[in-house]
Amino acid sequence: MMLSVRKIPVVFSLVIWAAVWEIVGRAGLSTIIPPLSRIVTAAVTVLPTEKFATAALISLRSFALGMAFALIIGIPLGILMARVRGLGRILGMWVNIFVSAPISALVPILMSVVGIGETTVVVTVFLFAVFVIVLDTQVGVAHADRSLVEMARSFGARRHQIYAKVLILSALPEILAGVRLGAIRGVKGVVIGQLLVAIIGVGELFDLYSQYFLMEEFWALVLIVFLFAFAVSEAIAAIERRVEYYASAR
Amino acid sequence: MTMPDDTIVEVRGVGKLYEGGVEALRGVTLAFPRGRLSTLLGPSGCGKTTLLKIIAGLIRPNAGEIRVNGRRVEGPGPERAFVFQDFALLPWASVLRNVAFGLELRGVPPEQRHEIARRQIAEVGLGGFESSYPNQLSGGMKQRVGLARALAVDADIILMDEPFSSVDEQTRRKFQEDLLDLLEHRRKTVIFVTHSIEEAAYLSDQIVLLSPRPGTVSRIIRPEIERGKGPDEIRRDRRYLDTVDEIWQILKQYVA
Repeated sequence: MMLSVRKIPVVFSLVIWAAVWEIVGRAGLSTIIPPLSRIVTAAVTVLPTEKFATAALISLRSFALGMAFALIIGIPLGILMARVRGLGRILGMWVNIFVSAPISALVPILMSVVGIGETTVVVTVFLFAVFVIVLDTQVGVAHADRSLVEMARSFGARRHQIYAKVLILSALPEILAGVRLGAIRGVKGVVIGQLLVAIIGVGELFDLYSQYFLMEEFWALVLIVFLFAFAVSEAIAAIERRVEYYASAR
Repeated sequence: MTMPDDTIVEVRGVGKLYEGGVEALRGVTLAFPRGRLSTLLGPSGCGKTTLLKIIAGLIRPNAGEIRVNGRRVEGPGPERAFVFQDFALLPWASVLRNVAFGLELRGVPPEQRHEIARRQIAEVGLGGFESSYPNQLSGGMKQRVGLARALAVDADIILMDEPFSSVDEQTRRKFQEDLLDLLEHRRKTVIFVTHSIEEAAYLSDQIVLLSPRPGTVSRIIRPEIERGKGPDEIRRDRRYLDTVDEIWQILKQYVA
């Protein structure tokens, strides 16, 4: 019973939010805000189109590639920064600067370096995601229980075993939190990258819709991207909760 | 001091200076007899844990050397197993996997190591808790897991760093008795760090008293308490009481 009582407000606030949107939209206060019902209808009509499928595929590919690089580089770098004294201090400053820096401002510069195209978007996703992954991994490994490392050594663990069987598992909750935050930022990276490049993927659609003032389709796309980011984040959060359970006694 | 014939661990002129200039140990020379329980006893900060970790090969001494079965110690080895003060259990692993962890690191196949682990878990009295996680166990139970893990690798020497310091008194006494029982069966050499005089006198064949920092060997006492008797009788035994008193007379001077 307690659970349902706690669950009500969340759903309730969504309902109110949707109702207010609908009313504001129907009142015709602004052409920028069409009624929510029409946006949902637009989403349903946009989703099965080939144009959307192509855009989504390009965007997903950029997102997946950028995230893959962010994970492959971010996690090992974070581990190294936690384990190698000096490296953590030197690189830590840069990571901290970039984690809060407005990366979007760098995209135009990226375009002039790597060209206007998918590569720019992949690099944008990477830059949006990688720093928070590095930071969280570093914190997780640095805070790993030293006595667990000593225990593993006392039982004759070799270096790679200490990393694989103690440090990484010990830091898994923080690493996953970093990956989740990185993935959310990565979605932003796809959209911003494609918007600035403006000729591919979802960004092209956004550009198209806003130029022709197709507000219903525009908001529908916002809704779809939002739901995608939410789904990715929730999927990683679900893994996190499983891990937290085992790590709760740290 | 004459070395006993059957020495398993020799400490020769060991000194340890930590970065920052803290001298933990100076010129420690000692012998630990095979198949016996020796305790390292002394005031806090006397370097007893440092000495134990040097014997384990976890810390390198600045001077001197450790020999185990006549061979110089360069690092941790399969003939030594460590039981940690803070248990050092993997929080994400079940009791079974924790106990089998030493064997897992050695590459023993799962079926084999789990069978050994199950036996050890039963032996320390934790049968039925194989699939529990450390955060579901009490301090005393966690330390039994730590002991089972050390027993699972079948090391000759078990090094215990204040294993009972974070468990309550009843658990501690029960655990001490179980430990003595176990040692009688398994013929292990145990080196045990404690700051409890009673614990040292009750458990030990040999008590090494260390002086405050820098730790040096202050006295070696062999209580020679008859082990055949029950625990309550031992605690009323003349020799036991004399030993406690003798240790206290020495340690008293170190208490500021």
